[in-house]
Amino acid sequence: MTVIEARGLRKTFGTNIALDGIDLRVEQGRILGLIGPNGAGKTTALNAILGLIPYQGELKVLNRDPWHDRDQLMRDVCFIADVAVLPRWIRVSQALEYVAGVHPRFDRAKAESFLAKTTIRHNSKVKELSKGMVVQLHLALVLSIDAKLLVLDEPTLGLDILYRKQFYDSLLNDYYDRNRTIVVSTHQVEELEHIFTDLMFIDRGRIVLSCSMEEFESRYVEVAVKPDQAAAARALKPMYERQIFGRSILLFDLKLNAADRQQLTTLGEVHTPSIADLFVAVIGNQSGMAQGASR
Amino acid sequence: MNTQPNAVPESSFESQGITPAVVSPVQTLYWSIRRELWENPSIYVAPLIAAVIFLFGFCISTLSLRHRMHGALPLDAANVRDIFASRYELAGALIMGTALIVGIFYSLDALYGERRDRTIFFWKSLPVSDLITVLSKLAIPLVILPLLSFAITLATQFVMLLMSSIMLAGSGVDIGALWRDASFLHVSVVLLYHLLTVHGLWYAPIYGWLLLVSAWAPRAPFLFAFLPPFVIYGVEKLAFNTSYFLSMIQERLTGPQSAMAPNAAPPDFMATLIPHHFFDSPGLWTGLLVAAIFLFGAVRLRRNQGPI
Repeated sequence: MTVIEARGLRKTFGTNIALDGIDLRVEQGRILGLIGPNGAGKTTALNAILGLIPYQGELKVLNRDPWHDRDQLMRDVCFIADVAVLPRWIRVSQALEYVAGVHPRFDRAKAESFLAKTTIRHNSKVKELSKGMVVQLHLALVLSIDAKLLVLDEPTLGLDILYRKQFYDSLLNDYYDRNRTIVVSTHQVEELEHIFTDLMFIDRGRIVLSCSMEEFESRYVEVAVKPDQAAAARALKPMYERQIFGRSILLFDLKLNAADRQQLTTLGEVHTPSIADLFVAVIGNQSGMAQGASR
Repeated sequence: MNTQPNAVPESSFESQGITPAVVSPVQTLYWSIRRELWENPSIYVAPLIAAVIFLFGFCISTLSLRHRMHGALPLDAANVRDIFASRYELAGALIMGTALIVGIFYSLDALYGERRDRTIFFWKSLPVSDLITVLSKLAIPLVILPLLSFAITLATQFVMLLMSSIMLAGSGVDIGALWRDASFLHVSVVLLYHLLTVHGLWYAPIYGWLLLVSAWAPRAPFLFAFLPPFVIYGVEKLAFNTSYFLSMIQERLTGPQSAMAPNAAPPDFMATLIPHHFFDSPGLWTGLLVAAIFLFGAVRLRRNQGPI
């Protein structure tokens, strides 16, 4: 089942083009990482998917038009837009009561069991909680909703490493199953690479790379080139080159390059690049952008 | 799986499955209104404080009344009754006025505050439509505040009667007569009628306007709500040397003449209760139409406007 399907999704704010006609398709059971520099259009794309902003082009989320059916869509979709959106005046018990009151798929017992593992007290107000605790509370609310699609926009921004780790552990262990779909936008790529099933780079309102993690692993190769092989390696037209401790690290796109994995092994140490390295290679230099584009 | 002991009870939650119940719009509206009361305790705290302060003042004035009873000019029963009747009315007016002010400030912040503090993202992440949200925010000044101020007024007047009975005991005032006359019961019926018709229906376009501005204003909703009427009045006065707009606003604020006559003598009060005049007045229906247009605008804006 296709959860999100966008064709020619476009959004402008005045003269600023936030989304420049993107095509997107997310199937059920995937965990999509949406990665891009600041102002690339990630939040705009997510807001369109959530029915928070109007847009041009075609967009269907769970077969609904998010802009016109937001309230109905929200029975099956939940999202954490930003760390600071829980109202500061609300008490933990009130938040539980309210969500239980308006949401047909909210399991209060489950939320209580999430909260039992934290130090959050029921009669605390959100403004009395630390930033990390607010995220824990929000997560407890959201993960207790039996939704088909979960959208997280920079969910762990400003959290320390312990909370971040806990956040993603809960997400994977207590929530995710094959019927659910998760879309995460983040800057903290390193911590998430092992969670994603799919990867999407977005820059200046366009999707510059879109692939599954399997494809990513088979397609991109990084070679720590032996000094004497540097010229030979460069002749194979790597998409990006960087220097570490005086050694050249070359990144190859095996789909576009004539080179194959076997050939590269003779030039130096071969390994799969991290998403962050690929990100820098694709977004960091203009020429790489054209090569990395999959569409 | 077994390495983590907590995982066991959780997976049992998973396997139970959640049967998706249907939440009716009425239930959603109910929870939305409760949410408003949680966020804005001033809705009931402010009228309560007004009542307590009034009771304190009443306490002092009743004590002084007791002194006057022993003074040179003892008051007769009719005088005492008049004094109490006017004080019951005063209590009602004070609490109603407080509720009115609370309602105005509440409405101005209702759709502006959630955009300013970005909580609109949280509210919009739940299956509550913009229409229900706006209706719940409209229900506060139009339904909840009038009913609350009625209940608080009634309770205040009852406490006043009790207090005066205790404080005037043995002073020569006929306590039994105080209870028999208890004119506040009559006043109360009129009060409830007044609250529901004037505050609930006649003022609807005013609150509609405040909510519309609250949904739209990029900043300072108070300014945007109150400046345009002044500008319109000024332009009209300058261009045509008329002040129809001002008198229209005045009529809206003072309430329809036919709704009830606040100064009517108690024997006449049944006449003022005839709803015939009120519901026949075209001002009511134009007002409700204007309110509906403002609300439609507010619902559209709630959908379109993001955080500021």
